[in-house]
Formats: sequence, C-alpha cells, structure tokens
Amino acid sequence: MNEYGSKKYIIYLIMVLAAAFFLIPLYVMLATSFKPFAEASMQTMWNLPSSISFDGILEAYARLFPQLRNSIILVVPATLISAILGSINGYILSEWQFKGSDTIFALILFGMFIPYQSILVPLVRFLQSIGLYGSLQGLIFVHIIYGLPITTLMFRNYYSDVPSALTEAAQVDGAGILKTYRHIFLPISIPAFVVVFIWQYTNIWNEFLFAVTLTSQPSQQPITVALNNLAGSQVVQWNVQMSGALLTALPTLIVYIIFGRYFIKGMLSGSVKG
Amino acid sequence: MKYKTKEKLISVGLLSPTIIGLGIFVYGFIWRTIRISTIDWNNITNMLRGIENFVGLDNFRNIFTSTRFITGLWNNIFFLIFFIIGSLTIGITLSVFLNDKPKGHFIFQNIYLFPMAISFVVTGTVWRWIFAPGTEDFPRGINLLLTNIGLENLRWGWFTSTEGIGLFNVALIAVIVAAIWQFSGYTMAMWLAGLRGIPEQLIEAARIDGASKWQIFSKILFPMQKAITLSAVILLAHIALKAFDLVYVMTGSGPRNVTDIPAVFMFETTFRSNRYSDGAAIALVLLVLVGVLIIPYLVHSFREDS
Repeated sequence: MNEYGSKKYIIYLIMVLAAAFFLIPLYVMLATSFKPFAEASMQTMWNLPSSISFDGILEAYARLFPQLRNSIILVVPATLISAILGSINGYILSEWQFKGSDTIFALILFGMFIPYQSILVPLVRFLQSIGLYGSLQGLIFVHIIYGLPITTLMFRNYYSDVPSALTEAAQVDGAGILKTYRHIFLPISIPAFVVVFIWQYTNIWNEFLFAVTLTSQPSQQPITVALNNLAGSQVVQWNVQMSGALLTALPTLIVYIIFGRYFIKGMLSGSVKG
Repeated sequence: MKYKTKEKLISVGLLSPTIIGLGIFVYGFIWRTIRISTIDWNNITNMLRGIENFVGLDNFRNIFTSTRFITGLWNNIFFLIFFIIGSLTIGITLSVFLNDKPKGHFIFQNIYLFPMAISFVVTGTVWRWIFAPGTEDFPRGINLLLTNIGLENLRWGWFTSTEGIGLFNVALIAVIVAAIWQFSGYTMAMWLAGLRGIPEQLIEAARIDGASKWQIFSKILFPMQKAITLSAVILLAHIALKAFDLVYVMTGSGPRNVTDIPAVFMFETTFRSNRYSDGAAIALVLLVLVGVLIIPYLVHSFREDS
C-alpha cells in the first residue's frame, strides 16, 4: 500500500463508506429486530434499541417455525440429490466425452439461464397431473431438476482439472467407467461437493418464484414465501417483520460466514468457465 | 481418447436421467409454452377443459399493445443499464483496492460479498422499509434520516414517485440501488479472481517505467480483464431480466406501473388474472431477450474451450 502515499487515506475512506453502504440494511434489520414492541416504530427506525428485547425474535420464530422447518426439509434432499447427479454428469462430460457430448453439455447449461417464467405453466400442470402440485415433495423435485445444470457445470469444471493420466491408468488396470468413478473420482471430489452443497443450499433456501407458484398452503410453504406474507401484512409489528427477515437470512448467512471461501468458488464457477 | 461401444452406452445411460429430465422440463415445457402463447387460454375455463383454439399471434398483439407491458419493458431496460453500470463501477473499484491487500482487506471483502448469500425476499423486505417515503408529517426511512439532519428539501417519494425523466421512471432508483447492493460483490469477486492471475512482474515493470496507478488500471488491468468484464455484463444483464423476486417483494408493479417489469407482469397475468396465453407470450419475450444474450455467450465459451 505504501506506493499510494497520502492517497492511501482516500482509498480507505472509500472502502469504509462502501462498507457502510453494504451494512445499512443489516443495521436496520438487527436494530429493529431487537427492539421492544413499544420502540419498533417508524420514528425510531434509525436508532439503536434502548434495551435489547427478544420479543420480536420469539414472536417471529413462533410464526415462521413451520416454514423454517419446511425449508430445511426442502433444502437437504434437493441439495444432496442434485449434487450427486451433477457429479456423475460432470464426470461423464469431462472424462468420457463422446460425439455430441459437448452439445449435450451446452443444452444442459442453457437450462440454468432460462427465465423460469417460460416453463412455469406447463410445470404447474405437470405437477397437478402427477399429484405433486402444492406439496413440498413437488418443490423438492423441481429444485433437483432445475439444479442439474449448475451442479453438472461445477463438477465438470472440477474434473477437467484432474490429469487425464489418472483415467488412462485406471483403464489400463481394467477399471471401467463406474469403477474409475468410485475409486478415483469420488474420493477426490470432497472439495467440489462442499462447494456444490453450499451453493445449492444457499440458492434453494433463498429461492422464491417456484416456491410462491408451486405451494399455496402455508403448511407446505418454505420460509421465503412466509416472510413475504408476514412482511406484506399491515397488522404485524415492525420488530416482528424485521426479525422474520433476520430468521430467513440467518441460515445462509451463517454458512456464508463459516464457508465464505467455498461460497465464492461456487459463485465464480457459475460464470461457465470458472 | 478411444473407447468401446459398451462404455459409450454406459456414458449415455448415466447421463440419460438428466437428458430426459431437462429435455422435458426445459425444452419440452418451453415448446408447450410456445403452444400456449398461440391458443386462447385467456380464461380458466378453456384451460381446465383443454380447449385449444389457435389464435395465431393475437396474444403477442395483446401484450405489445398493453401500456403496462411496454412500460415494464422500458423499466427493465433502464433497470438493466443502471444496474450493470452501478455494479461494475462499484465492483471493479473495490476489487482493485482489495487486490493491493490493504489492512483488513479480508473483512472488507466479506462485507462487500455477504449480500450475495441472502435471499432477494429478505433484501426486498428490508430495502422497502428503508426507502418507504412516509408522509409529510411522518416521514419514514431515508426521508426521516434527511429530516433528522436538516435536509427536508431533499425528501421525495422514492419508489412511490410517479415522475419520470423521459421514459425513465425515477421510482426505479430505489430498486436499482437495492439490486446494486446485492450484486456488486459478484463483479468484485470475478474481477478479483482475474486480477490475482495477472503476473506481479507486469505491474512492477510498468511502475518502474513511471506509470501511474490510473495508467496501470486503464492501460493494463482493464484491457486484460476485458473477457471477464464482458462475462460480468452478460450475466448481470440476464439477472436484470429475471429480477422477479426483488421487484415483486420490494415494490410490486407500483403506482401506474412505475416499477413494473415483464417478469412481474407475467406472474400476475398468469396467476392472478388467469390469462395463461398472454402470460406465455410475455414469458417468451423474456426468454428471447435472455437467449439473445446467453446463446452467443455459451457458443463463445465452448469455442474457446475446444
């Protein structure tokens, strides 16, 4: 930093101002969440709470608990299954390329860029016809399907860096596709699985469009939909609304704080070349 | 690498769940949506009874003559432009600062990036609160802050304002700020990853030759990061076109549709008004816009790969 001289302070000032900008919503959310009911009004929204109160958090937790649980039930299997399938796809597409496999890969990838509005009505009707519309199971299924492009991409990129000598050596030893996967690729895939798990977990937890169109009963809704309903309500106290936002954000925020490095890796591999 | 037919069969077999799944759920369903956009499913009865009367391009005529759709399209274009400019400017600036590893850079980086881990629903809820204008006597959010520091005159309606500068609805500013807040970290991370790959000696050599920081940035870093910047622009543009959650939660379509975008219009047309065919037409316009951006991008990435 020394070569900056006095400009160093200007750069720090810009960085601090930027940090303040990024922290404003977090401040408002936290300050309001921990305010007692009496204080959580518009007039005092920028003030710190005069005393810490857990009333808002407890109330929001009581209201959102069923959907918080739904989100967990949704995220765990959808993340696991889309990751496992993505790993197999990525392995084949990077190690066992055949004529047309690159085209197949491109066609798979396109699926992660489409606006889901363009498949939504046929999707609703399909789920209705197999009796999964409106249920958490239906939503799990949908997240597995539309998660495949990104998980396939992430694993393919990861496996492309594995030296091809490894696959060839395995072949010489007479190992087939499945054996090579199980004995060579799967054991070295743990870092990739961590990245994919975190990425899928975060995205599925945060998702809203599928959640709001495919579930209508509160008993089947994930937390993002419940938060939107809670925050849209005129009668719910501000500290409860902000606590609801906090409860929705915390599960992904905590993972980000602990596994930030892997989260960034996942984010970067979303830009196709990684 | 050469290998046997048996292995090829296993490869295709292992891929087949994905090929069939996405074949149906992406391509089959898009095809189905194209079909819906050409029939008369603008009431629930026709849909439930499965009556499919071909109406040609009528539904596209409906939407392109709808003021709401045209307003939303313009809003989306302005949103896209300012969102990209803002995210790139902030993201690139911060990445260049962070790349010099100033004291505390790790903490700063995490602060700039954490919004990426949060749902648009959370972001929308909180930003709606911050930008809510309140009333003359009871200002809220930023207007309250302005009042508190004696700048009452700067108060305005934020996302409830129906004023416009040309075709640009100023109410969008609030949504644009929220979106930039969420995504500038993305550009920053992409740029930072690229900067880490630029050899130290190159910068050092330029510095010895007397190049200023700005010259190093504009003559070396920026040209070298052109491909990354272009990727960021394309990815951000496609995110802007798909920004349903944030707008829906934060402002909705707003008074006189000042903050409407086609993604929200499609949702309401389809699921609130049961006009499935109009909704399908809107969705296809979105799909074409995204396709125009993404398909050349994918083709290009693959060319470079092989």
